Amino acid sequence: MLTFILRRLAAGVLTVLTISVLGFFLLYLGARDTARRIVGDTAAPEIVARKQQELGLDRPIVVQFFDWAGSALRGDLGRSWFSGQPVTEALASRLPVTLSLTIGAILLTAVVGTVLGVLAATRRGWVDSSVQVGSFVGAAIPGFLVALVLVLVFAIGLQWVPATGYIRFTTSITGWLSTIILPIIALSIGAIASIAQQVRGSMLDALRLDYVRTLRARGIPNRRLIYDHVLRNSAGPALSVLGIQFIVMFGGAVVVEQVFSLPGLGQTAVSATIQGDIPLVMGLIVVTALIVLLINLAVDLIQGWLNPKVRLS
Amino acid sequence: MTASVAVRRSLMRRVLRTPLGAISAAYLATLILVAITAPVLAPYPPSATDLSNVLAPPSAEHLLGGDSAGRDILSRLVYATSTSLLGALIAVVVAAAIGITAGLVAGYRGGWFDASSNWMASTILSLPAIVILLAARSVIGPSIWWIMAIFGVILSASYYRIVYGAVRHVRQELYIDAARVAGLSDLRIVGRHVLTAVRAPVILLTTGLFAVAIAIQASLDFLGVGDPSLPTWGGMLAEGFYNLSRTPWLMVWPSLAIALTCIALSLFGTALRDVLERSSEGAGKRPVRWSPPTPRPDATIRDGRIHDDPLLEIEGLSVAYRGDTAWATVVDDVSIAVARGEVHALIGESGSGKTQTAWSVLGLLPPGGMCVAGAIRFDGLDLLRLSARELEKLRGHRIGYVPQEPMSNLDPSYTIGQQLVKPLRITLGLSRREAKLRALALLARVDIADPERTFAAYPHQISGGMAQRVLIAGAIATEPDLIIADEPTTALDVTVQAEILQLLRDLQRESGMSILIVTHNFGVVADLADRVSVMRSGSIVESGSVADVFADPRHDYTRGLLDALLDGAPARGALQA
Repeated sequence: MLTFILRRLAAGVLTVLTISVLGFFLLYLGARDTARRIVGDTAAPEIVARKQQELGLDRPIVVQFFDWAGSALRGDLGRSWFSGQPVTEALASRLPVTLSLTIGAILLTAVVGTVLGVLAATRRGWVDSSVQVGSFVGAAIPGFLVALVLVLVFAIGLQWVPATGYIRFTTSITGWLSTIILPIIALSIGAIASIAQQVRGSMLDALRLDYVRTLRARGIPNRRLIYDHVLRNSAGPALSVLGIQFIVMFGGAVVVEQVFSLPGLGQTAVSATIQGDIPLVMGLIVVTALIVLLINLAVDLIQGWLNPKVRLS
Repeated sequence: MTASVAVRRSLMRRVLRTPLGAISAAYLATLILVAITAPVLAPYPPSATDLSNVLAPPSAEHLLGGDSAGRDILSRLVYATSTSLLGALIAVVVAAAIGITAGLVAGYRGGWFDASSNWMASTILSLPAIVILLAARSVIGPSIWWIMAIFGVILSASYYRIVYGAVRHVRQELYIDAARVAGLSDLRIVGRHVLTAVRAPVILLTTGLFAVAIAIQASLDFLGVGDPSLPTWGGMLAEGFYNLSRTPWLMVWPSLAIALTCIALSLFGTALRDVLERSSEGAGKRPVRWSPPTPRPDATIRDGRIHDDPLLEIEGLSVAYRGDTAWATVVDDVSIAVARGEVHALIGESGSGKTQTAWSVLGLLPPGGMCVAGAIRFDGLDLLRLSARELEKLRGHRIGYVPQEPMSNLDPSYTIGQQLVKPLRITLGLSRREAKLRALALLARVDIADPERTFAAYPHQISGGMAQRVLIAGAIATEPDLIIADEPTTALDVTVQAEILQLLRDLQRESGMSILIVTHNFGVVADLADRVSVMRSGSIVESGSVADVFADPRHDYTRGLLDALLDGAPARGALQA
C-alpha cells in the first residue's frame, strides 16, 4: 500500500514540475512588451527600460526561471506585475471561496448522483428512463447556462436568495449558504449527470456478477445485496469519475464565479488573463496543479483502501 | 477506400432514419446553412449601430430588437453562428489532426514516441482546460481563433487515447501479421485495418468534442476574454446578462442557440451510437408469446415415476430468453425428479441447458430469462408460484448452492468470514458470536486446516480449491434439504477435484441431504450419483439409475459421452451423435 501511494505521489509531483516548467517558459517567452504595457504607451523609453530591469525581465529566461523556481519552492510565487501584491497572498485570500464552492459541489454530486444511479439501476422502468433523459440533458447543456437560468429563476424571479455577492462562512452560516447554494447547484448538474450514469452502469454490470448470484442463493435479501455488495463493488469506478469531475469543477468554477460575482480564484484568473499579469497566471497554474495532485492522491488512497488487494499488499 | 465511403454513406442514411437522428441533423444542417450564408441572410452588418435601436424591443425593422450599442440582434445572432461553428471546427480539426496522427504513430511504432506521447496526453488532461486557455490568452491576446486552436491541442489528447487504444488492439490481432506476411506495406495495413477499427469511436468523439468546443468558446466569450469586435453567442449572452434588469429578453436567443446546438450534437451522437450498436433495430416491437419449439426429441426415460414423494420435482420445464423479436428457448420440456437423500446428476455438454435448469430451481435466471412453461415443486411447494420474498426464505435456508467457478463467486471486498457470517445471521437469526462459531466449525468441517486464518482472509488470499471448500461450507451452513451444485469441480486441479467430490459425498452421507449435481463429466456421475439425466440442446434425452445408464446407454449421445470418459478425454466440445 505504501509503495503504491509513493509511486502515485512521485508521478503526481513529476506532473506538477512539468506543468510548472512548460508553463513558465511558454508564458514568459510569450509575453511581449510587458514593461511597456505596465507603464503605458506614452512613457519614455528610459522609464520602460527601468521597469524592465525592476521586474528582472532583462535577464536571460533561464536565470529568470531558476529565480522563480527557487522562490516557489520556499512558497513565494513572486509579485503581481500590476498591483505589486504577493501572488500567494492574492491567491490565499480567494482560495477559500473557490474551495467551499467546489467541495460543496462535489459533495452534492456524490450524494445526488449516487442516489439517482442506484434508483435507475434497481427500479428500472420509468425511474430509469427519467434518470437517463435527465442526465442526458444535464450533461449536454453547458454549466454556465444552468447558472444563468438559476440566477434568473431563483434570485431575480423568486428572490429566494441574493443574485450576487458572497458572505463568509465564518460571518454567517445561513448567509453563506444563501450565497453559495445556487453556484453549487450550477456547478453540480453536469457532474451529477455523469456520476448517475456511471453508478447506474457499473451497478447493472455488478448485478450480473457470479458472486452476486451466489450471495442471492445464500438467502441475502435484495436490499442488503444491493447496498452491501453491488454498490460497494461499483464504488471504485464511480470514485474515479468523481475525481475527474472534481478537477473539471475547478474549471467550471471560473465561469460560475463570474455569473454569481463570487470573489474566488476564477475572478482573479479572468482579470489576470485580460491584463496579462503573468506572475499571477503562473501562480494560478501552480496552485491548480497542486490541487489536482491532491485530488488524485485522495482518489488513489480511497481506491486503495476500498480494494483489499491493494490495501493488504 | 471506395468501400469505406460507401459504408459511411449507408451509416449516415441509417442515422437519418431514426427520429432523433433526423431532427438533430436537420437542426445542425440549418445551423451550418445559416453560418455559411450569414452575409446574405443577416439584414444588417453585425457591427452597424443605430442609436434609435439601443436596447429596443422587437420591431418591424429589427425583428429581435437591438442591444446596448443599438446593433441589430438578429444580424449579430446570424453572424455569431458562423463564429461559433468556425471556432469549434478549428478546435476539432486541430485536435483530430494531432491526436489521430500521434495515436497512429505511437500505437503502431511504439518506442520512445509512444512513451512520451502517453505522458504528454496525461499531463494535458491533468489540468482543467479553461485554466490552460486562460493562461494562453494572457500571452497571445484576445484572438478567438488562436484560443480555439490551442483548445484543439488540448482536445487532441482524447483522439490520441481512442486511436492509440484501437491501434494497440488491432496490432495484437493476428490478421495484421497475416497482412504483413501477405506483403502489404505498413501504410496499407494501417489504412485498411486500423482506420476501419477506429472509425466509429472517432465519429462519436467528434460530435461530443464539437459540443464541448461550442460550450467552452461560449464560456470564454461570456467571461469577456474573447475578441470583443466579433459577434459571438457567449458575448451576446454576457451583454444580455449585464443588462438583465432592463432587457431580460436579450439573453433568450444566445442561450437557446448554445443550448439547442449542444443538445442537437449530443442527440446526433446518441443516434449514431444506437445505429453503430444496432440497438435501435426492432426496438419497441413487442415479442410474440413464447411457443414450444417443434419437433421435440424423443427421450429414453427409465423408471420415470418411481419416486412416490420426490423432494424436488421438475416437470415439463421450459426456459426462454426474450430477444428483440423472438424467444430463444434454452431449456425445453425438462422433467427431473430428485428423491430425498438421492444424488441426481444432470449431465450434458456446454450450452445444453443444464446450468439454466439449475438456476431455474433457485429462481436465479439472468435478466431476460424466464421459466415459460412447466412447474418446479420443492417439498410440495410450487417454486414458480412463490413470491420473491417466499423464495428468498427458501434459498440459502432449505436449498443450498455450490457454484462452478470458485474465485469469481466470492465478493473480493469482504473477508471469507464476513461472507459466511452474514447469511447465517439473516437466514437463521444467529447472533454475531454464534454465527462466527458456526462459520469456524463449518470451515473445519470442509477440511480447511486453519479455520481462524481462512475466516480472516480475503478471497484473493486463498487458493481455488480452498475457495471451493469455502463455498461448499456456505452451501451446507444452514443444513439444507437440497444442494444444487453447478459443476463444482470443473475449475479445479485434478487432485483437488477428487478431494472436493469426496467431501461432497461425505457431507451427503452424514446429513442425508439430496444433491442435484450439474456436470459434463461421467466420471463425476460414476463417483457420486445415484441417478442421472442426460441433457442435450435443452432437452433430456435419457434418464435412469446410474447403473442402468452405464450398463445400457440407449441414446447415441449418452454413448458418446461415455466413450469420452473411457478414452480419458474430457467431454467438453460438441459431440457428433
